[in-house]
Amino acid sequence: MKVTVTVMLKPGVLDPQGKAIGQALHTLGFANVGEVRAGKVIELDIAENDPARARAQAEEMARQLLANTVIERFDITLS
Amino acid sequence: MTVGLLVFPGINRERDMAIALERSFGRAPRMVWHRETDLAGIDLVVIPGGFSYGDYLRCGAMAAHAPVMQAVRAHAARGGYVLGVCNGFQILTETGLLPGALLRNAHLRFLSRDCHLRVERADTVFTSRYRQGEVFRAPMAHGDGNYFADAATLDRLEGEGLVAFRYAPPTGNLNGSARDIAGIYAPNLRVLGLMPHPEDLVDPLMGGEDGKPLFDSLATALAA
Repeated sequence: MKVTVTVMLKPGVLDPQGKAIGQALHTLGFANVGEVRAGKVIELDIAENDPARARAQAEEMARQLLANTVIERFDITLS
Repeated sequence: MTVGLLVFPGINRERDMAIALERSFGRAPRMVWHRETDLAGIDLVVIPGGFSYGDYLRCGAMAAHAPVMQAVRAHAARGGYVLGVCNGFQILTETGLLPGALLRNAHLRFLSRDCHLRVERADTVFTSRYRQGEVFRAPMAHGDGNYFADAATLDRLEGEGLVAFRYAPPTGNLNGSARDIAGIYAPNLRVLGLMPHPEDLVDPLMGGEDGKPLFDSLATALAA
């Protein structure tokens, strides 16, 4: 089962990378761009056919390693 | 009195740290490879700076799960001493031995320059050779040193006297750290993590000895 974990900085945590990307986009002429946030996408191929179990496992992986929940939140999507 | 100096793949400051430790302790530290699991006989664990595992995922995230870190957790739980500098500090926060996290520097630049640190308290095994409020110079070299924790955690650190060092004038807070925090203690004051490198100034030939009191403090405390 393909599982995608998206890790983003929590709202309120300064994201200087997102800010820099936003400034670069403005420089390129994309004047209507507001806030930009940058994160990570991690794709996992899990040998598991049960969606609920795959999700539960991915959540555990995110909590233990993929995300640092002091500063980051994560979303999981199955496909 | 034995010092164990941890070495992970990608760590590159262990030699400098070994020199600083040997100068104060009069004895070379034992180098401990990341796959080792036995820290028996080691009184002080030191985690040096560098780029463990290429900073993959997050700085210190992979090292926090290396085999040796289980042993470091047990060592800390027994009341053992731990010092983490730069990447070592990041590893300690990722391991959960110290609260908070180190974010990308506020202005995104990798900062390789001197900064100034104020000693918040001089009554710990790490700082007894400094004076409280003393400001000393320490080189910094990091891209992710912006200390972050939620307001409740910051209040607790300050309330319980667990802030070890703060960035101070003339250079001030260069990386955006919350409340100018450069280093923190665990509640038992036996685990210290800080971003700048006191080990880089322990000999007049290095341009100063501002960092030497930290290692002298440890050597004195642990010899007693």
